[in-house]
Amino acid sequence: MFYIARLVLKRLLIGLLLLLAVSALIFAGTEILPGDVAQSILGQSATPEALANLRRDMGLDEPAIVRYFNWLGGIVRGDLGQALTNGADIADSIGKRLFNTLFLASVAAVVAVPFAIFLGLLAVRYRNRWPDKLISGSTLACISLPEFFIGYLLIYFVAVKLGWFPSVATVFDSMSFTERLSAIALPAATLTLVVLAHMMRMTRAAILNVMQSAYIETAELKGLSSLRIIAAHALPNAIAPIANVVMLNLAYLIVGVVVVEVIFVYPGMGQYLVDHVAKRDVPVVQACGLIFASFYIGLNILADIISIVSNPRIRHPR
Amino acid sequence: MTDSLQELSKLVNSGQLDRRTFMKRAAAMGASLAFANGVLINNALADEPVSGGFLKLGSSGGESTNSLDPATASSAVPFLNGHQWGDLLVDIADDGTVENRLAEEFSSSADAKTWTFKIRQGVEFHNGKTLTPDDVLATLERHAGEDTKSGALGVMRGIDTMKVDGDTVVIGLKDANADLPFLMADYHLIIQPNGGKDDPAAGIGTGPYKMVVNEPGVRHGYEKNTNDWMENRGFAEQIEILVINDDTARVAALQSGQVHMIERVPPKIVELVQRIPNVEVKSAPGRGHYVFIMHANTAPFDNIDLRLALKYAMNREEMVEKILFGYGSIGNDMPINSAYPLFSDDIEQRSYDPEKAAFHYKKSGHSGAVVLQTAESSFPGAVDASQLFQQSCANAGIKLEVKREPNDGYWSEVWNKQPFCTSYWGGRPTQDQMYSTAYLSTADWNDTRFFNEEFDRMLISARGELDQVKRKQIYRDMGEIVHNEGGLICPMFNDWVEGVSNTVGGWAVNPNQAMMNGQALSRCWLKA
Repeated sequence: MFYIARLVLKRLLIGLLLLLAVSALIFAGTEILPGDVAQSILGQSATPEALANLRRDMGLDEPAIVRYFNWLGGIVRGDLGQALTNGADIADSIGKRLFNTLFLASVAAVVAVPFAIFLGLLAVRYRNRWPDKLISGSTLACISLPEFFIGYLLIYFVAVKLGWFPSVATVFDSMSFTERLSAIALPAATLTLVVLAHMMRMTRAAILNVMQSAYIETAELKGLSSLRIIAAHALPNAIAPIANVVMLNLAYLIVGVVVVEVIFVYPGMGQYLVDHVAKRDVPVVQACGLIFASFYIGLNILADIISIVSNPRIRHPR
Repeated sequence: MTDSLQELSKLVNSGQLDRRTFMKRAAAMGASLAFANGVLINNALADEPVSGGFLKLGSSGGESTNSLDPATASSAVPFLNGHQWGDLLVDIADDGTVENRLAEEFSSSADAKTWTFKIRQGVEFHNGKTLTPDDVLATLERHAGEDTKSGALGVMRGIDTMKVDGDTVVIGLKDANADLPFLMADYHLIIQPNGGKDDPAAGIGTGPYKMVVNEPGVRHGYEKNTNDWMENRGFAEQIEILVINDDTARVAALQSGQVHMIERVPPKIVELVQRIPNVEVKSAPGRGHYVFIMHANTAPFDNIDLRLALKYAMNREEMVEKILFGYGSIGNDMPINSAYPLFSDDIEQRSYDPEKAAFHYKKSGHSGAVVLQTAESSFPGAVDASQLFQQSCANAGIKLEVKREPNDGYWSEVWNKQPFCTSYWGGRPTQDQMYSTAYLSTADWNDTRFFNEEFDRMLISARGELDQVKRKQIYRDMGEIVHNEGGLICPMFNDWVEGVSNTVGGWAVNPNQAMMNGQALSRCWLKA
């Protein structure tokens, strides 16, 4: 136990360092991009006076390094600051967007993860026979299509032709839980189809790997049913790689779904981030970057811990 | 039979057919008297505004970075928002003239240097405060002040003095300007309590709708302002502007009935949208135009023969047909078309002429490729248009190199910086404003680097000219100068193309800006 606690602590510290590096990288990146926030806000209608006034108001006349450390100081105090473009409180607006993103990601994950693992088990049980080929074929077909295309197909058939679910997945506070579920049905379905194949194939491969072992042969000779062997004997030993790929896909569901958000008009973090990058609104980009990076790092730490806990050989190192 | 009866009854309602003739023809079609009368009444009802309901609009041009401060509005959704919660002093009517809003009337001194706006009485802001001339003055001050960031600063610069006099606001100009009322219709100049000096982004105005939900980049919800000062608007009980930037998603939302109208139908898919049942495509010829702009003072474009060669190498008809899919009209290398007041149609139309282009190209002595910079965001279809231009140039023996730039940063790095690029203009209500914005030597956005003293003098003199015939002649001559000498290649004027469900009544064509000049939500209603 002590070993695991020490490990988690170590990982967290490295994670913090990583976050610091990430924030510096993002800041440098947004500085390199052409144009600044004042220019982006005023667009084609920018006059030199208006530009100068706006820049002064936003404190853009200070050197970049000073602005970075001002921002860092705010973060340490837990203050994300205000958006340069519309003066909105960043913590406030990100809060809502993050909730939406997590909601969509969890609905997609709740459907996709068990389904993918179940399909993986099924594929192993009937390996190289038609159920295996059907499962692999259809999920691989889904992952091969670009996600916006799957989205458009679902919009056309399910929303426009059948009228079952709305094509615009805007959610807001006054919605009940079931209304929300109905609103996000199509984007969640799209995401599920996109992440299914990766997890399913990984589950299948990891379990097949274990199936070669001698103890599986023993179990077979004992006369256990094949599904029981796969679920009770092979799966626990294949947890580590499966956990890894699941976490990778969860991270994707949180940080990588901007295209799906745009198509379904879903008010999540991705669209929010892209809008602010386009306007060079550095504090918001920084805040989003940090949140995304934390999720990525956090989920990876979790995957590591799961694989360590599930493997006694690593849990009790000599 | 019912269809033709419906058609007939529409003629009656529009006054093109009298009731008696209608009844006769209906009888000839075999309709009973009662039935025919019923059709007539139903149709008359359909043209009457219906109150109530929840009217929704899907629009592109909205970002989560949007603010409600009208001074910083520059894309479609902030523009539309301003027209729901706020009012201008005057606005542009469907026929292109100036219409009173919060100004009850306006007048000018004989020299067009002093303008007096009488402010409407008894109008209340959404927060209960009564509108006073001081609010109007404060609004103008905020947009004109030294430290403003307003997009309207350009139009405010000609103002010398502003003061309140009783129930009027008096504006004194540095130079005479017969078009000042048009300038006051600039969409940034929404009248706010105390000019918005206390809280510019409060979204409090005198408009037909009160804002209840403000989620930038997602949606903006409003409820009816029951205390509205103006009649014949604000029919729906609630309205909502949904931000749908993706073209396909916007059309799908209209098709599946989640919104009743959509801003901007891409010309590429107009034909598909027309096939959707219960949806109508509305187009309005506008003043917006897509341009290829050369810096007339920068080599190699400082050579007038090279400019002429490129102008003759442009196939305007092909552009309208393949880039606008017919939803637009050809341009004539000046920023003005028939949608402008005082337009003269007798300037010779320049057409595609590879031989003349080759002649001028040879005369210019230029050799090597001409570089054109473009990005899809400079106007929809800009990259395709550039490639078409490359082809038509090749026919004239001109080598055009198309350099594609990223969308991101185009307006800060390429437009108004690089010597030859693609761009667009939304157009302005008057010729004076369009020329002052981008063709006057001192204009900030002189994006063709056009410096012509005679042209500048004519522009200033036309401003103070109250004789419309003389004024029209001056504008004609100015147009000709830009047409022949300017750095502007203007192949096409684009129409506003919008999609409207046929459950919506009250649609009108207002070419000034998108969505009936921003008034679609307040002037349309949901048919019962």
